[in-house]
Amino acid sequence: MVAPLLSLRGISKRYGEVRANQAVDLDVAPRSIHAILGENGAGKSTLMKLIYGVETPDSGEMLWEGAPLALASPSAARRRGIGMVFQHFSLFETLTVIENIRLVVPGRTRTLVTRIRELGAEFGLEVDPYAHIHQLSVGERQRVEIIRCLMTDPKLLILDEPTSVLPPQSVSRLFDTLQRLRDGGVSVLFISHKLEEIRAICDHATILRAGQVTGHVDPREHDAHDLARMMIGRDMPEPPPKASAKPGETRLELIGLTYAPDDPFAMPLKNLALTLKAGEILGIAGISGNGQAELSELISGEIRLPLEQREQVQMMGEPVGHLGAADRRNLGFSFVPEDRLGRGAVQGMSLARNSLLTAHPLGLVRHGLIAMAQAADFTRRCIADHDVRTSGVEAEASGLSGGNLQKFIVGREMMLAPKLFFLAQPTWGVDIGAATTIRQKLVALRNQGVAILVISEEIDELFDICDRIQVLSQGRLSPSLEARRTRPEDIGRYMIGAGTPT
Amino acid sequence: MIAVEFVLAGMLAAATPFLLAALGELVGERAGVLNLGVEGVMALGAAIAFIIVYHGGGHVAAFAGAGLAGVLLSLLFAFVALGLQANQVAAGLAIGILGQGLSALFGKTYESLTVKGLAKLAVPGLSDLPVVGGLFVQDSVVWLSLAGTLAIWAVFAFTKTGLVLRAVGENPKAAHSIGYPVIAIRVAAVAFGGMMSGFAGAYAATVYTPLWADGMIAGRGWIALALVVFGTWLTARIFWGACLFGAVSLAGLAAQAGGVELPSQLLASLPYLITIIVLGIISSNRRLLKLNGVASLGDPFKP
Repeated sequence: MVAPLLSLRGISKRYGEVRANQAVDLDVAPRSIHAILGENGAGKSTLMKLIYGVETPDSGEMLWEGAPLALASPSAARRRGIGMVFQHFSLFETLTVIENIRLVVPGRTRTLVTRIRELGAEFGLEVDPYAHIHQLSVGERQRVEIIRCLMTDPKLLILDEPTSVLPPQSVSRLFDTLQRLRDGGVSVLFISHKLEEIRAICDHATILRAGQVTGHVDPREHDAHDLARMMIGRDMPEPPPKASAKPGETRLELIGLTYAPDDPFAMPLKNLALTLKAGEILGIAGISGNGQAELSELISGEIRLPLEQREQVQMMGEPVGHLGAADRRNLGFSFVPEDRLGRGAVQGMSLARNSLLTAHPLGLVRHGLIAMAQAADFTRRCIADHDVRTSGVEAEASGLSGGNLQKFIVGREMMLAPKLFFLAQPTWGVDIGAATTIRQKLVALRNQGVAILVISEEIDELFDICDRIQVLSQGRLSPSLEARRTRPEDIGRYMIGAGTPT
Repeated sequence: MIAVEFVLAGMLAAATPFLLAALGELVGERAGVLNLGVEGVMALGAAIAFIIVYHGGGHVAAFAGAGLAGVLLSLLFAFVALGLQANQVAAGLAIGILGQGLSALFGKTYESLTVKGLAKLAVPGLSDLPVVGGLFVQDSVVWLSLAGTLAIWAVFAFTKTGLVLRAVGENPKAAHSIGYPVIAIRVAAVAFGGMMSGFAGAYAATVYTPLWADGMIAGRGWIALALVVFGTWLTARIFWGACLFGAVSLAGLAAQAGGVELPSQLLASLPYLITIIVLGIISSNRRLLKLNGVASLGDPFKP
C-alpha cells in the first residue's frame, strides 16, 4: 500500500457530555476520493473540523505525510495543503468573488482573475470573478468555495456534504470536477450520508456511527444495504406504504401569487399557482434560496399580503392572503417551520410551555390563565404518541436532539387535527429513524383525509411520500407532476430552470 | 453674501469634530462593533488635550495624549465587550459615562480657562477667490482630517485591510473559519475608533473653541454616531453629513446675527433637525442599507 497522505490514530473529541469522536482511526491515500459516511450527528463534521484545525482533538495523533501534525488554526492547515469547503459556505455575501478569494489568497487582483479563469476552465468551475456573492446561485457559490481552496494548491480537499445543496444535474458536474482533481493529484475527503453518491464516486469509505468508526470499506464492493447497516446499525427502513390518493375538496389554492420583497437578498415570487386537495400530499421540490423561505412565510401568514391581493392565497375556500398566522390557524391550518429552534419551538422553554404556543385553543388556557395540568397532559400524550425521547414534559426544548424535537413539533401540530398541514423541510438534520417516523405519520394523516404540503430539498423524501410534486426555482413554480410518472431527472430539469411545460 | 462666505469659511472646522469621531466609529462598526461610548471618549480626549496645551505642551503632544487616552478607554470597552462578550450597548454606554466622569474630574480646576488655538494655513491662490476663498483658509488639523477621510475611503475601497474589516463585520464566523483572528481585528478597530474620538475631542477643546467648560462636547459624540448610521457606513456620505451639520449650525448663527426673528432655541436645534431629516431620507433606501449595512453589528462573537 502507498504511504497515506493523512493518518489519524485514536482521535477523540468531546463537547461537555457529548463524545463527538471516540478513538477514530483514518488513513487517506494520495490521489483518492475518500468518503466519510455517517448519519446526522455521527461526528463527521467534528472530525473534519479537527483535520482542518478549527478545533483541536482532546487525544490521539494526526500524521501528515508521515510527520506528526498539530494544527492551531485553519490557516496553519492551509499552509500544510489542507483545504475545506464548508456545508454552510464561508463566503461573504456583500463582497465580490474576487474579494472573497483575496481574503484567503495573496497576490495581485489581475493575476488572481487569470488563475480563477484557468482553474474554471480546467476543472469545470466557471464563475464570473466580479459578481457579488449574493447574486450567485448555490451551485455557483460552491464553485467559488472550491476555487478558493484550489488556489492555495491543496493536497487534500475536504468537502462537507457538498451535494446536499445541489440539484441532480450539478451533482454530476461536481463529481466530474472531483475526479479531475483526483487525477490532477489532489486527495478528496468527501463527507456524506447519501449511500448512492458514495458508491458512485469514492475509492474508500470510512463509516462513522455515534462518534466511532464502524467500518473501513471499498464502497464499490458493498451494496447500499451493507453500507446502511454499518451507518445506522440496522437495515434501512422501508418507505411508508401508500394507497392511491382519493382527493377531496380543495384545501389550499395559490392563484397567481406574486410577491416582491424589499430585502435585496430575498427572492421575489412570480405568479405561483397550486391546488392542494384533502387526502393528498403535494411536495415542493427545489434548493433553498429559490423562494422557499418567502413561500413558506406567505402560506403560514408570517408575511401578509395587502388586502387587494388576498385572493391569491385561499385556504378551505376562503381568501386568506391578508390574514395573520393566528387567523389562518383558526381555519384549521397548522404549520411546521424549517427552523426548529426559533420558529418551531422556544429553546429555553420546557416542552409543556412549547405546547402552549400553538395548542392553546385545546383547553390549555382557561379564563386567560395557563392551565398547567392540561398543558402537561397534552405534552405527555404528544411525547408518548410520537416517540419523543426526552426526560419529560419539563425538559427544555434546546436539550432535545434535532430528531426528537422535530418529532415533538410535528406531533404537537398533528394533535391540533389540522385540515391543512404544511411542513417546511420536515427532516432537515434529523436522523434516519426519526425521519422515517415522521414520513409514516404524514402518509397516515393523508389517508385520513388531511391535505398536506411539504417543502423539501430531499428529492427522495418527496418521491417516498408525495402524490404530486411541483418545483420552485428562481421564484417560479413548475406545473404539477405526478410523482409516480416522474423521474428525479425531470425534477432536476425544473430545478435548474430548464424544464419544459407538460 | 456675507452669510454665505461666513458659512463656507467655517463649515469645515465646525464639521471636523463630527468627522473625526464618525470616521473612527465607522471603522469599528465596519468590523461589527457598536461602541456607544464615543461621547465620553471625546470628552476625556478634550480634557486631556486642554490640560496639555494649557501647561504649554503644545498641540502635537495634546493630540497624542488625547488619542492615547481614547485608545486606553476604548481598550477597556473592548475588554468588556469583546473579551468578556458583554452586551455592546450596555458596555458602550457605561464606558461613555466613565469618560464623561473622568473628563469632569480632570477638568475641574480648568473651568473657564482659555488657551491659544491653531494658526490657519491658506492655500495660495485659491484662498483669494471671492466667496469661496474662505474654504481654503483652514487650520492644519482640518487639512489633516480631509487627508484622513480620503485615506480611510481608500483603505475601504482598495486595500486588503479594508476588505478584512468588512469581512469580519459581515460574517465573523466565516472570517474565523478561513483563519482570521476576529477578536484581535475587532479590538484593533475599536482602538482606532477610540484614537479618532480622542482627536475629535482634542480638536473641539483646543482648536475649535479653545476654552474649557465641563460638558463642552455637548452631544457631538451622539451626532457622530448618528452620522455613521445615516451615512449608511459610507465614508463619503459621512463626510458630507458632517459638512452639512457644520454648515447648518453656522447658518443658524449667521441668521441670528442677521436679525432673523426666530427663537434662538429653534435656531440651535436646526442643525440636528436638518441633518437627521436629510440623512434619514438618504438612508430610507432599505436596499442600500442592507447592501452597505454591517450584518453582525453589535453581535458578540465567540470563536
